[in-house]
Amino acid sequence: MSAAMLTADWFLLGRDLYFRKFEIYSLGWQRDVNVNNVIAVAAPYGGPIAVRRDNKKLVKVQGSGQLIISIYSGSARHIKSIKWEGKPVVKIGWSNDERLICVQENGKVTVQDVFGSFEHTFTISQKLNSKVVDAAIFTNPQNFTGIAVLTEANKIFYIENIYDPKEKQLSDLPRVGRQPTSWVVISQDRLTEVLIAKEKALFRLTRDEHHPSSMLVADVAHEYTSIIKMAVSINARHVAFFTDAGYLWMGSSDLRTKYCELDTEMITKPKQLVWCGTEAVVAFWEKDYTLMVMGRHGEKMTYSYEACVHLVPEIDGVRILSATQHELVQKVPDVVQKIFRINSTDPGSFLLEASKQFQRRSHRADEYISLVNKNLGRAVEQCIEAAGYEFDTEVQKMLIRAAQFGKCFVSSIDSDEYVEMCRLLRVLNAVRDPRIGIPMTKTEYDCLSRGKLLDRLVTRGQYFLAIQIAKYLKMPEKEGSNRILVHWAKYKVGKHQPVDDEMIAKEIGDKLGYTPGISYSEIAKTASDNGRTKLAIKLLDYEPRASEQVKLLVDLKEYKPALVKAIESGDTDLIYDVILKLRGHMTMGDFKLLLHEYSVAIALYIKYCKEHDPEALTEILIQEDDFDSQAQQHLIASLDEKKNWDREMNVSSALKAYKVKRNDLNASICEETVRLFKHQKTFEEKLKKQFVGKSAHDTCRELLLMEEFKLAEKFKGEYKIPDKR
Amino acid sequence: MRHLQGGKMDVSVIHSLARNTLINLIEKCSGTKLIVWESSISGPMGLIAQYSLLKEMGVIKMYPLRTGPLLENPAEHVIFISRPKLHSMDLIAENVHESKKTSGNSKQYHLFFLTRNSLLCKKRLENRGMLGSLTYIEELNCEFFPVDSDLISMEIPEVFGEYHIQNDPTTLYKIAQAIITLQKIYGPIPRVWGKGQAAKQVWDLVKRLQRENNLEETFKNNQTTSIDQILLIDRSIDLITPLATQLTYEGLIDEIFGLNNTTACFPADKFKNKTDRVSESLAEAKETVILDSADALFTDLRDKNFNAVGAFLSKQAKLISAQLEERHEISVQEMKVFVQKLPNILANKNALSRHTAIAESIKDVTDSFDFLDSLQVEQEFLNCIEVDKANGYIEDLLAQKAPMIKVLRLICLQCLTGSGLKPKLLEYYKRELVQVYGIEALLALNNLEKVGLLKVQTGSRQYAVLRKTMRLTVEDTSEINPIDISYVHSIYAPLSIRIAEQLMKNGGWKQLQDVLGLLPGPNVEDTSNIYNGAISNSALNDAPTVVLVFFIGGCTFAEISALRFLSQQENSNVEFVVATTKLINGNTFLQSIIDIDNKKTVSHGI
Repeated sequence: MSAAMLTADWFLLGRDLYFRKFEIYSLGWQRDVNVNNVIAVAAPYGGPIAVRRDNKKLVKVQGSGQLIISIYSGSARHIKSIKWEGKPVVKIGWSNDERLICVQENGKVTVQDVFGSFEHTFTISQKLNSKVVDAAIFTNPQNFTGIAVLTEANKIFYIENIYDPKEKQLSDLPRVGRQPTSWVVISQDRLTEVLIAKEKALFRLTRDEHHPSSMLVADVAHEYTSIIKMAVSINARHVAFFTDAGYLWMGSSDLRTKYCELDTEMITKPKQLVWCGTEAVVAFWEKDYTLMVMGRHGEKMTYSYEACVHLVPEIDGVRILSATQHELVQKVPDVVQKIFRINSTDPGSFLLEASKQFQRRSHRADEYISLVNKNLGRAVEQCIEAAGYEFDTEVQKMLIRAAQFGKCFVSSIDSDEYVEMCRLLRVLNAVRDPRIGIPMTKTEYDCLSRGKLLDRLVTRGQYFLAIQIAKYLKMPEKEGSNRILVHWAKYKVGKHQPVDDEMIAKEIGDKLGYTPGISYSEIAKTASDNGRTKLAIKLLDYEPRASEQVKLLVDLKEYKPALVKAIESGDTDLIYDVILKLRGHMTMGDFKLLLHEYSVAIALYIKYCKEHDPEALTEILIQEDDFDSQAQQHLIASLDEKKNWDREMNVSSALKAYKVKRNDLNASICEETVRLFKHQKTFEEKLKKQFVGKSAHDTCRELLLMEEFKLAEKFKGEYKIPDKR
Repeated sequence: MRHLQGGKMDVSVIHSLARNTLINLIEKCSGTKLIVWESSISGPMGLIAQYSLLKEMGVIKMYPLRTGPLLENPAEHVIFISRPKLHSMDLIAENVHESKKTSGNSKQYHLFFLTRNSLLCKKRLENRGMLGSLTYIEELNCEFFPVDSDLISMEIPEVFGEYHIQNDPTTLYKIAQAIITLQKIYGPIPRVWGKGQAAKQVWDLVKRLQRENNLEETFKNNQTTSIDQILLIDRSIDLITPLATQLTYEGLIDEIFGLNNTTACFPADKFKNKTDRVSESLAEAKETVILDSADALFTDLRDKNFNAVGAFLSKQAKLISAQLEERHEISVQEMKVFVQKLPNILANKNALSRHTAIAESIKDVTDSFDFLDSLQVEQEFLNCIEVDKANGYIEDLLAQKAPMIKVLRLICLQCLTGSGLKPKLLEYYKRELVQVYGIEALLALNNLEKVGLLKVQTGSRQYAVLRKTMRLTVEDTSEINPIDISYVHSIYAPLSIRIAEQLMKNGGWKQLQDVLGLLPGPNVEDTSNIYNGAISNSALNDAPTVVLVFFIGGCTFAEISALRFLSQQENSNVEFVVATTKLINGNTFLQSIIDIDNKKTVSHGI
């Protein structure tokens, strides 16, 4: 491929400022999509396209009059069509993370995923009072997606983040003149402002109470009566507006600096006006189907189309969706320009030439190499870098080959960059494949980070590719494949999968295994949210963290498995937690029966009762037929010095318990003790000394000390006390 | 804390980690502080942070946790440090409540749970309305207390009883967590041995926790390990050893005077010179001595059989006096050297006189008839002599109403060596005990029966078999220059240590199958896959294998001495490190079992 071919799609807008427009995909829309009659919006970073009928166009009604929003991939593969059932939609658009946003005329906003599944909804403001006539979706510097709406009463409300909708209102528009003719949202430096034009007058609306709105005067040289279209660049630094005199004014967003004023020779209002990166503005007029690219330095390039096109602003260019093509207009990256520009003398350019000659087995390769000998390292870098910006795989190969060729001549070169780039190219090419349809540029990839790219694949259900990429890029398992697997599993347990629970659980289990870092409880939660409790329980079997497992099981009211898992974990705190929850939720009878099956649980419950609830303890011991423990409790009670009076009674209850258990020895010991009490009482009465509480041995000793030998002798006989003592 | 270093498994790491966590927690409260310790942990905590250190951090007073209002004090913060026990929670709630009445809101209250906070405890505090009054409720994560360079202890006395009587696995979970902590510090443990139900359960929990904590990932990065093997010994496989009287120097100190957290108290009279003795009141003076490996002489003495101690001490005495004698016949230069050495020599002299005093006080006891008689009975039992009859000496003790623990200890030993008592005999003992000590004795007996320390004789005689196959009693060993671990009990070799010894010799359970069959509980043997990558230090440079012996349910000083003895053997290439849940002796062991459930628990609830 000659250099001329490569630069054929380039065009110059000012000195050394090349732009290029090239095709990414050729599109085959479905029959019912007539690009002239629809509004097409695409998500940033090569995201999917949403298409709806344009209400302002008159078309023959096909089928019901209901609004249908269709979602396509970047390569116009149909993903899903949704029938709209809410209030009329004022605006559709995409959030930063590829969520479809529909703003309804009553101020309600719905957020849906790529498949049109409903995610959440909220209202911009409770104070709307009038219909929403227009809406703008913007990205603020914190990279959240915000929405601003303009109402019939000319009030502007906005939210900064669709996931945390906090309504904010901008100052009112001064009541002069008529309806606003155009408006844009400028969100920079944590400040969201709106630039709004009322015919000739231009206002900046802020939330600042002291300067509610200010009128701005831009330095416009050519007379006009109205500003009819405005555009703000993605980084919110630059604005452009189109006047009814046919001039396009470009300048900084504070309107202080003017870059240029350009005569478009068009008078009608452009259908779309967007910034292409930061150095040019692209406009499209429905009349004549004219597309114009206008540089910051006052030069322009005009293209004609056969039908309507739709412009999608990206951070480094503009995507153009036409009936047959999906094109990209972007500034030619510097490094690419250096290599491919005609008569370039940059080392990269020579290296590429050398490599080409070498492949042709021409001796001139050596001449070219010698031209760059000193800068070979730089040349290799340039080739590697440039390869990243190319969409055409042939060009990529050419550049990579050149880099590889150049590398051979430099011994000290670090191959990391080369390897990295080859990896990256494979990934980018994979996602750009029409079957996936994410036409992402390298700049976008760098901005977005690989994690987000994976998220995008995952939301599209491209689990396999995502995992392959994660592995290929050697991402840590935690943020790479594990996360993807969890997403996959969540999808599996979703509502739409009619397969048998058992199968799904097994499938997920097989695939995920006991991989560390996978949260099965998260998956199970999704399953239970989808009303598949059984599946959730099965999945929880795989969850390694007992606390998570048990928590969810209790939430699912699956008390028995919860208890079993808690016991398996060995964490007694967890077991107590479950036991106490169970006690609150179940009838006492069921509760006890359940506990009865698990010895650890019952042991812990008994222990708990001992400390907290002596009555429940007795109950549970009776139920468990644990007479030994009952007896023991009675004995312990009998030793309690505070309750001297029922000592005898307690020992006799212990005696009874032992008898039931047929523990004759212990029973007889208790019996003796009871008798001992009686004796001691008589002794006490007789001798006026305290005996109760003493052992038989001590009693006898006491008697001897008191020289009550007869009593002692009698006592000794009864208790068979050996003579030794 | 230099003395903690030196082993291949550097215990000082545990020490500094624990100290740092404590310091970090305490520093959360700025201002003057008062610390209230639960009484059972203030001792072990002293191993981690001395009072002087705490003082530097603004701690002005420390009290044990008890009922009644706190004493008046000017501290801005009151920090309670306690294990998660309900009983302590009640006391804390009471304390806070009382203190609030007197000092209003001028103080902040904090509660640090030792190792883990517990749901039940928080509930209890909540019920008492005191949860809100506590500003910080934190976990103080120090599972192990470093006792010595080769010894760490969790200082939880209830382990054995709670598990075997109440079937409460709480402490096993704590142990498993502690092992996880160890692995986090010292790297993965590639080889695992274990014997006994508790050992199995602990290891299962460890495996589970490893998965939960995602340790595999961590270990992938950290490939070195300082512990090569771990041997988990469930106390229930060897109940005899703790009951036998320890006859090593350190063991005897523990048996007679109690050695807690490296400190022991001795009657003071032996320590004073004759002149002092007159002036001091003789009555209750106690001398507190810190005994750890910082004391070089003690390091030499601790593992010796007491009969060897006397000889060693006199040899040392001669050495020192010889050193001191030298000065009479030396030149000026040599004098200079001598003077430099002098402080050292004097310190040695002091240490020597201290230990001589200790040895004397021990000797007073060991020479008594009481001690010798019970030792003789013990040894008869261990040799399987007359284990089936009612023992006369025990009867005498009963008649004299000797301390119940002492009697029970002998009865249990008789029961274990005879592999159970004849039903008649058991009944006889029981009746006697109740008659002498009252109905409380019955409760104690119940608990002992539950853990298997007392039982009715059944067919086989495990102990008799074990004694032969494992050579548990060795008659002809020298106490002064021992050749076998049996020296620690004079004739009896601790079964637990014998098992460890055999295991290391054979490198596995295989040869021990017959013996192990006689012991309760399953065997544990594991080499987990995740460790495959782990490179052991010793594999690389032929250094000794480090084996961590973990006693679940406590171990005695004699056992530790025996392990040290094994490490020191010339042909051994094993370095033993000991971890235990508590350092025990026969008395404390039995007491901990008897206390379970039988403390006045009921009265609190009402």
